[in-house]
Amino acid sequence: MSFQSKNENKEKAMATPSSLASVAANARKPGTNTLGTNALGIGLEARSVHAWFGKHHALANVSLDFPAGTVTALIGPSGCGKSTFIRTLNRMHEFIPGAAMAGEVLLDGKDIYEPGTDVTKIRLKIGMVFQKPNPFPSMTIGENVLSGLKLAQLKNANKDDLMEECLVRAGLWNEVKDRLNAHGGSLSGGQQQRLCIARALAVNPQVLLMDEPCSALDPGSTLRIEETIKELSETMTIVIVTHNMQQAARVSDFTAFFLADGGPGEMIETAATSQIFSQPRDQRTENYVTGRFG
Amino acid sequence: MTQSYVTPKPSRPWRPSPREKAINISLIVASVFSAYTLVAVTEMKGKLAYFFVFFAALAIFNLIRGVITKDWMNGRDQFSSVIMLLGMTIVILPTASILYTVFDRGRRGLHAGLLTNDMSLATPSDPITSGGLLHAIVGTFLLVAVALLVSLPIGILTALYLTEIKGRFTRPIRFLVQAMSGVPSIVAGLFILSSVVYTVTKSYSGLVGSLALTILMIPTIARTAEEVLNLIPNDLREAGVALGGTQWRTVAMGVIPAARSGLITALILGVARIVGETAPILLLTGGGDAVNFNPAQGAMGSLPFYIWKSFLLGTEESITRGWAGLLVLLVLVLSLFLLARFLGSRRTK
Ligand SMILES: Nc1ncnc2c1ncn2[C@@H]1O[C@H](COP(=O)(O)OP(=O)(O)OP(=O)(O)O)[C@@H](O)[C@H]1O
Ligand SMILES: [Mg+2]
Repeated sequence: MSFQSKNENKEKAMATPSSLASVAANARKPGTNTLGTNALGIGLEARSVHAWFGKHHALANVSLDFPAGTVTALIGPSGCGKSTFIRTLNRMHEFIPGAAMAGEVLLDGKDIYEPGTDVTKIRLKIGMVFQKPNPFPSMTIGENVLSGLKLAQLKNANKDDLMEECLVRAGLWNEVKDRLNAHGGSLSGGQQQRLCIARALAVNPQVLLMDEPCSALDPGSTLRIEETIKELSETMTIVIVTHNMQQAARVSDFTAFFLADGGPGEMIETAATSQIFSQPRDQRTENYVTGRFG
Repeated sequence: MTQSYVTPKPSRPWRPSPREKAINISLIVASVFSAYTLVAVTEMKGKLAYFFVFFAALAIFNLIRGVITKDWMNGRDQFSSVIMLLGMTIVILPTASILYTVFDRGRRGLHAGLLTNDMSLATPSDPITSGGLLHAIVGTFLLVAVALLVSLPIGILTALYLTEIKGRFTRPIRFLVQAMSGVPSIVAGLFILSSVVYTVTKSYSGLVGSLALTILMIPTIARTAEEVLNLIPNDLREAGVALGGTQWRTVAMGVIPAARSGLITALILGVARIVGETAPILLLTGGGDAVNFNPAQGAMGSLPFYIWKSFLLGTEESITRGWAGLLVLLVLVLSLFLLARFLGSRRTK
């Protein structure tokens, strides 16, 4: 099985009539959002990043550029360090007891690990959707969407519009618009995941890290999220971890392949997405993307 | 829209069928019967014999029923269900018996003025209808309120330090809290007596009583709250921080609300720990007979003190008063708990 180039795939996706009809009804024209625009900056850059859990060297020497306004997909077999890597990009890695790291992560040219950096501000600029959905169980659905504003004490004049905007973009609005006061925990797993996506969008980060955002979603919701990713990439830099090759091919500009071969996880190859799927340089990449491996 | 099916009646097929229910009842009847006959023909005597023979018979009958209707595994399953029922009964019976005794005896000490009069114009051996225990209720309320005011913030902050900050002193503090929860109440009383009453206040008061209660209450609240906060998944903390919240705001907005009902349990357990505490009260509060609203000054009565004093006197009237005091204390504690539960569950519908 071989992959078409990204553009062909895009056309294919656009041509799927039934699921897209509902998606298109929800979609908004770019530029009409209430999120406002953020300075795009010059993007994110990881330089020789290593990560440890205690003595376990989980990730070795990853250098990767995320130019502003692009979508980068991270692919690779389970346990190869994708989540670990993405969590070093907004300093969530240090939340794990015993964790350690080496290297630099530059946001607009400044190392986010530099001593004296305000971590809170960094995480506000680099938002994250986690692999496991984690809505606040004590808050209602509406409060969950706006929780980032409250947590970071941001002002927003039009909260209702923002809430709707984010829920629409996460493809959840139609399901929850009549029960915004229900509890976050009362949603199904996939709905919770979309709620977490809406929550991350509400603070309008400069960079958005998404760890398998669609792994629990149906094809319709997945398409809606992919639409959103494309819309957002005009104003955001996006990094997405996915096990779905078609998804990587559909949404991303660049793809990086990770692999842990006995030792720590490493980045084997990175290139434009179309190239990774059509003519990868490394044999292992080819094996993986063609399904002959892992 | 046309509906192509008839909505069926909701049913619960997992519940026991009428036939199974009938078998259950007949097994119970058979067990009662066996208990009677066995106690009659053998040497065994007394309520305890009936009790245990009944359960043994029930267990064996259920075992046989399970083996016959299904298999050996099911028989064992049924058998252990009965053993668990036995365990539950052993736990509940004494509690129920205590409650019953308190209500039964306390009932006789109830009268119209009980909650509105104090004992300043009556002695415990006077007829039941004179005097009352307003002073004791007010005293217990104030003692608990002041102790709670001090212990709740300290206890919860300690728990937050242990679970959220996890600073350098986590281990020694956890050790200290554990050691503190083993302090006998009389020691807490004597400690306040020697360190505060003899050296600073030089007099009894409700306040010093509350201080001693605080020593007993803080470890209970801190330990329960710590366990509750530890149960909150780390994902929640990560969610808040990843959205750009400071650790403090994440804890205040995400973690504590999620732990709310558990924290209320911590509060309840803390109050339960001290509300009937007698030893430090005897040492420190002076146990007055008149209503005193000022915890900082003067002797302060309280329900445990009143109960102790009434039973000590030993006349029929005073003992009845003691039971009435116990009844009031129980009802008071129960309503406090219900109130706390109600307040705690109001928002999380
Ligand atoms: N909290 C942790 N403590 C110790 N080791 C960990 C921890 N989290 C991950 N690891 C280890 O680090 C390695 C990389 O894990 P990671 O979660 O980054 O994989 P992944 O690529 O995201 O996999 P998946 O696709 O299954 O999500 C694995 O070997 C894993 O066992
Ligand atoms: Mg992962």
